[in-house]
Amino acid sequence: MKIRGIAAAAFASAGILLAGWQAGTQVSGISTVATGTTAAGTTGATGTGTAGTGSSTASGSSGTTGSSSTSGTSGSSSSSGSSGSTGSGTYKGTAVQTRFGPVQVQITVANGKITDVTALQLTNADGKSVQISNRAAPLLRSKVLAAQSANVQTVSGATVTSDAYLTSLQAAIDAAHL
Amino acid sequence: MQRTSSPVSPQTGAPALQARTFECMGTVISLTMPVGVAAEGQPRLDELAAATAVVKSLFRELDETFSLYRPDSEASRLARGELTLRTASARMRERYAEAHEWRLRTEGAFTPERPDGVLDLSGIIKGHAIREAGTSLLALGRRDWCLNAGGDVLVSGSPRPGSTEAWKAGIVDPSDRRTLITGYALGAGGQHTGLATSGSAERGEHIWRLGSGSEFVHVTVAAPDIVTADVLATAIVSGGTPMLNLATDNWDVAVLAIRADGSMLSTPAFRYT
Repeated sequence: MKIRGIAAAAFASAGILLAGWQAGTQVSGISTVATGTTAAGTTGATGTGTAGTGSSTASGSSGTTGSSSTSGTSGSSSSSGSSGSTGSGTYKGTAVQTRFGPVQVQITVANGKITDVTALQLTNADGKSVQISNRAAPLLRSKVLAAQSANVQTVSGATVTSDAYLTSLQAAIDAAHL
Repeated sequence: MQRTSSPVSPQTGAPALQARTFECMGTVISLTMPVGVAAEGQPRLDELAAATAVVKSLFRELDETFSLYRPDSEASRLARGELTLRTASARMRERYAEAHEWRLRTEGAFTPERPDGVLDLSGIIKGHAIREAGTSLLALGRRDWCLNAGGDVLVSGSPRPGSTEAWKAGIVDPSDRRTLITGYALGAGGQHTGLATSGSAERGEHIWRLGSGSEFVHVTVAAPDIVTADVLATAIVSGGTPMLNLATDNWDVAVLAIRADGSMLSTPAFRYT
């Protein structure tokens, strides 16, 4: 498995080398290829690390070809691949209209991975912050809205049988309204 | 269970809430209306009695067709295989279609069939009866009322006619049914007029559960209509957290869900801030 990985990395590096060779000594062209490779890899960070190991193998083979200058460039291209993490940062999506008002999603990227997704609270026409998530979240009993049976006009609960009704709060409320 | 009337307090002029109850579908149905003096254009006590009679006959009629507790009902004959849906009445097929639509929308968490394959529309009939009763009350010209059928609630207008005061519904604590765990404001221009609670507290394990979904013992859902509230409450008890998230993502609902250990999940509407 490890050998296969190294071999794959070697192929990848060789590919970069080859592309670099075909593009002549244009550094900018090579860095473009390297960035493309990093972006395509789903595990960009580990891929870069393996490529680093592989590049030594590749430089060995490049030593055979004798174009040491090109291998030097490929080394820098692989480092520019890892510096593809300069693509880290936050990105905002387009604003979408929801029933909570306009909502915009922001993602945070680090080393090619999405590390956080935040729904931005946009404000509505009144300038008030709008509720953007209706997801149910855990809450403590002390944080639930209180209600007194004396202040309600009706009661909701799991279905009461006719017998259970007789001793229910709803029965008491109904009796008060007779 | 129609009870004798007590006189309205005409000296205050303000309409007083009056309630009438009757028994149907194995539970008790209460209709509450603000009742005032005729001169003020408020419904009088006999009008509450008339409205209750309409609601009662509607519930009775649906119960006669859909009850699996009545051996002679159409639903029972279907369950025994004496009828097929093809030969069933239009109203039976309509409810079956509606229940099936809900099964698709809840990804199977709500189902019109028992595990043994028998058609069981009881999960939707009470909600349907409440909805129909509400339509009838509006057709009778009644704008302000609260209808409670065994803990499932539909309201219209306000307990104080003409005001923006909402109907205040209490939600029973599943661990102590004599106390309220929270409350919810319904109607009076608000988006939610229907409130339903499902759980195993009163009738035992009457909800068919999906896999590991036996997470919540109590689920209350407020929705713009009673059938949505009722079906989604049942579906969340059956389907657990995944169904809860499906419900809050796809419907305009407020949800309070309580686990057996007493821990709670809720949408912001139930939260004290």
